[in-house]
Amino acid sequence: MYVAVKGGEAAIANAHALLADRRRGDRSVPALRLDQIVEQLALGVDRVMSEGSLYDRELAALAIVQARGDMIEAIFLVRAYRTTLPRFGYTNAIDTGAMLVERRVSATYKDLPGGQLLGPTFDYTHRLLDPELAAGGDVAEPLQRPGEAEAMPRVSAILAREGLIEPDGEMPQDHVPGDITREPLEFPMARDIRLQALSRGDEGFLLALGYSTQRGYARNHPFVGEVRIGEVELELDVPELPFTVPLGCVRVTECQMVNQFKGSAKAPPQFTRGYGLVFGQSERKAMAMALCDRALRASEFGEDVVAAAQDEEFVISHSDNVQATGFVEHLKLPHYVDFQAELDLVRRMRAEHDARENAGKAEEKREAAE
Amino acid sequence: MRGQEARDQAERKAVMATLAQSTGDDIVRLWNEAGLPSEAELLRGPETGLVTVRGRIGGGGAPFNVGEATVTRATVRLASGQVGHCYALGRDKQKARLAAIADALWQDPNHRDEVETKIIAPLQATQASARERRRAETAATKVDFFTMVRGED
Repeated sequence: MYVAVKGGEAAIANAHALLADRRRGDRSVPALRLDQIVEQLALGVDRVMSEGSLYDRELAALAIVQARGDMIEAIFLVRAYRTTLPRFGYTNAIDTGAMLVERRVSATYKDLPGGQLLGPTFDYTHRLLDPELAAGGDVAEPLQRPGEAEAMPRVSAILAREGLIEPDGEMPQDHVPGDITREPLEFPMARDIRLQALSRGDEGFLLALGYSTQRGYARNHPFVGEVRIGEVELELDVPELPFTVPLGCVRVTECQMVNQFKGSAKAPPQFTRGYGLVFGQSERKAMAMALCDRALRASEFGEDVVAAAQDEEFVISHSDNVQATGFVEHLKLPHYVDFQAELDLVRRMRAEHDARENAGKAEEKREAAE
Repeated sequence: MRGQEARDQAERKAVMATLAQSTGDDIVRLWNEAGLPSEAELLRGPETGLVTVRGRIGGGGAPFNVGEATVTRATVRLASGQVGHCYALGRDKQKARLAAIADALWQDPNHRDEVETKIIAPLQATQASARERRRAETAATKVDFFTMVRGED
């Protein structure tokens, strides 16, 4: 129950002033600039863009500094900001095959057209803290290898030539992509809506669910067919121009997960797929999303729904960290009246309990005396 | 005739793409150097809003909504009558206004060459070299597999 509570205004104002002070910290330390966050905490910025569901680096950086580095608070700020802006429309679907690739690896094919490009990866680092970085030394320019640009078809297209993998997910011809920012969630949901929810879902939650499928809770034998990171161009149809308008480029991470499938009465044995696509550079999130996407397709393949990762209502309803933190954190707001009611109830129950106990003891005594 | 119209549209689209991908600072700098007129009647904006970015299931399947991106747009009209538009990612209103003027000037035969050579060409050169550098840096991280030979000979 919610009841208006008056008072505490001065305390709240002073608490916010204190928050501003603590956010700034020691004044003898230079204040962070947004461009420093954008450039040097780029993956944190990407996470806020992905889960805040808003591609805008400076805004994500502002949210991070305003939230003192609390990522979920920053994501919350970005989500709130989004609601203040009008919507100009839906872009044409991006073409990840035409991406300016900055990283592309496949765990299924060694020699694939375009090759394996490691890009700026943490893989194969020794995970040793670097004291030189703490000292702030100069960093060498990266090496360059000039040469002709090679086409980089998606790995799924290579497997598709043999017919050993299911096609890219199709929807009925007249299907309009659902939009969870416009319509409330309804279960069961179409795969396109699920993917929208997963793309903005909490990285930690999806990572844990993806991990659970690997540990045997809805095992589906995944391989990373491909992970690619890079920039793609956005285009928008607008009524005032006779051609689609180019808007500029966004960086995305795409994961094509390839999974085993023994076939069914309706489908021959072939590889099935899970798909991940997120804003920014975040292959952990894209991979977790692809694992969850595949697990959530259980009923489509006639698989038994036995694990959390396969339960659409469970996964999608709990994947949004802004909703989750809102409901968990509201518990600390004043519940004085609710609690008074509970307190009265417990007191009454306790009195009744004590009365019963005393009556029982009196009865025992009487019987013993007799 | 229709072929000419299609070519014009493709060229105009390429100009808009170049402007959209440029930073506001670069556009302002080139604009000041070129001495192009920076006044025009604002018909709309500059205003910031959202577009919803779409992807495709599996990369090439049915479209789905990934998330939103900020976009700033502007529409201007020159005294000579041409109407120019800009839509560009981000929240840079000055950039959107100048890019819309550039689009309008490009449609004016008296200004097209000047816009092409003084604004668009330098921006394209900057973008091309940045793309090439990014590509070459990525190419340097390409794995060159080699086979270890085992056995007697």
